[in-house]
Amino acid sequence: MRRSRVPGRVLQALVAVFLYAPILVLIFFSFNSDKSRVSFKGFTLDWYKRLFENEQVLSALSLTLILALLSALIATVIGTVSAVGIYNMKKRPRKILLALNNVPVVNPDIITGVSLMLVFVLFVTFLRSLGVGAGLGFTTLLIAHVTFNIPYVILSVLPKLRQLNKNTYEAALDLGANPLRAYMRVILPEIMPGVVSGAIIAFTMSIDDFLISYFTTGTSVQTLPMRIYSMTRKRVSPEINALSTLMFVTVLALLIIINILQARDQKKKERRL
Amino acid sequence: MKKNVIILIAALLLLAGCQSATPAQGTQTDNAQSGGGTQVSGDVYVFNWGEYMDEELNNAFGEATGIQVHYSTYQNNEMLYSTLMGGGSNYDVIIPSDYMISRMIEEDMLLTLDFANIPNFANIDADLKNPAYDPENLYSVPYAWGTVGIIYDTARVSEPVDSWGALFDERYSGEILMFDNPRDAFGIALKLLGHSFNTTNEAELRGAYDLMVTQKPLVQGYVMDQIFDKMENGEAILAPYYAGDAITMMETNEDLAFVFPKEGTNIFVDAFCIPKGAANKTAAEKYIDYMCSYEAGLANIDFTGYSTPLIDVYESLDDEVKNDGISYPEDMTGFETFTNLPGWVNDLYAELWTDLRK
Amino acid sequence: MKKRGGLLAAPYTVWMALFTVIPMLLVVYFAFTGEDGRFTFGNFSQLLGYGAVFGRSFWLAALATVVCLAVGYPLAYAMSRETGAVRNTAMLLLMLPMWINILLRTYAWMSILENKGLLNQLLSFLRLPPVRIINTPAAVALGMVYNYLPFMVLPILTVIQKIDGSVIEAAQDLGGSQFTVFKRVILPLSLPGVLSGVTMVFVPGVSTFIISQLLGGGKSMMLGDLIEMQFLGSTYNPYLGSAISLVMMVIVLISMAVMNRFGEGEEEVMVL
Repeated sequence: MRRSRVPGRVLQALVAVFLYAPILVLIFFSFNSDKSRVSFKGFTLDWYKRLFENEQVLSALSLTLILALLSALIATVIGTVSAVGIYNMKKRPRKILLALNNVPVVNPDIITGVSLMLVFVLFVTFLRSLGVGAGLGFTTLLIAHVTFNIPYVILSVLPKLRQLNKNTYEAALDLGANPLRAYMRVILPEIMPGVVSGAIIAFTMSIDDFLISYFTTGTSVQTLPMRIYSMTRKRVSPEINALSTLMFVTVLALLIIINILQARDQKKKERRL
Repeated sequence: MKKNVIILIAALLLLAGCQSATPAQGTQTDNAQSGGGTQVSGDVYVFNWGEYMDEELNNAFGEATGIQVHYSTYQNNEMLYSTLMGGGSNYDVIIPSDYMISRMIEEDMLLTLDFANIPNFANIDADLKNPAYDPENLYSVPYAWGTVGIIYDTARVSEPVDSWGALFDERYSGEILMFDNPRDAFGIALKLLGHSFNTTNEAELRGAYDLMVTQKPLVQGYVMDQIFDKMENGEAILAPYYAGDAITMMETNEDLAFVFPKEGTNIFVDAFCIPKGAANKTAAEKYIDYMCSYEAGLANIDFTGYSTPLIDVYESLDDEVKNDGISYPEDMTGFETFTNLPGWVNDLYAELWTDLRK
Repeated sequence: MKKRGGLLAAPYTVWMALFTVIPMLLVVYFAFTGEDGRFTFGNFSQLLGYGAVFGRSFWLAALATVVCLAVGYPLAYAMSRETGAVRNTAMLLLMLPMWINILLRTYAWMSILENKGLLNQLLSFLRLPPVRIINTPAAVALGMVYNYLPFMVLPILTVIQKIDGSVIEAAQDLGGSQFTVFKRVILPLSLPGVLSGVTMVFVPGVSTFIISQLLGGGKSMMLGDLIEMQFLGSTYNPYLGSAISLVMMVIVLISMAVMNRFGEGEEEVMVL
């Protein structure tokens, strides 16, 4: 394995250029004093100022974060409990449940979105026929997000359950702990990494989702991706570039901080050894 | 790697915490959550065309009345119809065009308005009251009217443009934009073939479809509001569009010009309506009334470039605007409105439109 | 304990019944219903007319998948051979764009590909003829490759990294050349990653409507566009929309099943 690393490096560099050129273009034009997307007329920070004054974008941002947080939380609780349940099931029902669980994962997002919309609209129509004013909105959006998040939680908790040493749990029971207590004290800590990574995946999926939200939201409840979509359907304002730049910088900064923290952590561990 | 992500998320969560602590944003989501029904807090959900209102007015209305406006946009009448039919939405104010209003009346999708709450209705031009699409004027209050024509780049056309035929000219292959909605798009082909916009003759419609199919290879894209960027930046040479928006584009790009094709064109009215299921009808009527006030009307016409139905706004306009030949054309022979079509023709439109785009 | 533990999944079973099973059944119901509310096969016979859209969607998604694989596999392999800081940086660089919303990533390409966009400005600066790529299927395919490339690389990389170094050493000790070791050891062992990458590129690709709308100018209509048009677009017909969804779903599920035959029947999903 002592072959030259040059071709690999060249490939990596080329892909990096491919991946980042468009993003750099976005960033560059966020400082353009002209509205044009293709010719640079002068430096300005106006678009950033406008972005922070744009209430629609700000409320969409907070909605997106609240939605992601709530849906990830609910999905993690339901998902973890269900994973334990599924793990304890007999083979036959377990297989059926896992197959169903996989449906939102495998299905194209647009179909998940459309099919949920059909159910929600049916439900809303039913409520309206009872005289209850109802419509698609935050609640349906939340249900949709929880629905597509749970499977990811289950799929990341299950492998941890399989790795579990059953004896410790039974030992705890033998020592007189009730099942709930034994579960909380013995099993939960062991599957925790799976739970946390499930929660993270759920949160990210929810933040990034456009398609399913597009079909399951109603009157004026718009997540950030939906706001961006409607911005691209109109006369485009460089505010969108400013928004991309801010997102990019935020993620970049977080990743760098994490890396530094991690490196420090590792050093500490090494020292301890 | 996983650990990286975990910490990243933790940080993001923190961020989320800060965000949701802001009170204004908090209340907005609360309103959203309650969905409709029992709103007494005074929210009004407005659904309008894109690029079709001075949105500052929504804030001004909110400050003046305490009614918070939630504003979102759609791209064409048919999308509005789909959203109302299948989207489980509950908007309070919508602004469809004439033919769509009459379709919605026919399909029982609108509420009758209480004109006692809309005193500014008196200010609407008498010619626009009791229109054919709403003969007893029970459901609608005109917002703006306008016409359709061709907007083109004078520097890059080979000869003066005066016919819809220019949009089918192979010399402009790849430089033509087309309407992204069935009525407006088919209307052009129908007029070019010498038919009425409102034909219910299947052969005529299929003929228009065939013409559109031959045009498709020449078309750069089917667009609605994306047209602003494309024409202003010289991405395309020719496009049919609404006169008001053409005026707006011409302000940015001096090479652009606008013409009413000789075969005749569409004249339309867009009007405020309140759809069934609206939770806050009184607030909606207040909103409509506000938008018919002199100040709001003037601001909107100024922003959109469309033609005003408000008498006092029209009277206050400069002669330059009144006589620009676009907003308030002198000679309107050959101008035709869209009317609502029988169900089977609407279905045929949908079918042919999907076929064209496939 | 086993039996009672199973009850913990009961709430989720109800949830799935409500929000996974019933929605799917509704799609099936709508697909076989006409506007008059009666049972019909009409939607499917109408659907035959849209073969071109099916063809284009599957062809473009397949093209994007192949390109992603052709670039992504060597890339993943090259990254797997890096060590320490270089590899960490490379992974960060690969993942960073994924955190930016797909709409923004796609929108960025608009300014580059337009007729008077940056690419053509560059070409005219170099005195080369301009290219017309915006609003063509090629632009859509490019958009897919750009957006989904990391989804191809990451699963392959994860799998290659997991390959036991001693297996490779053993193969080398037995006299295997660089190429043989790759062909006989690394490639077969990385196949699950490839399959998972192919799925993660192909499925969103075949159903996208964002990329085709932004970069295709509404001319290269894909299945996603067609479905969106029937539900919230300019030709309201949820019955036809459901029929298209149903057919697309069946095709996707069948191809997944076929792929899983080749891969291992893992119950887990590939996760970063």
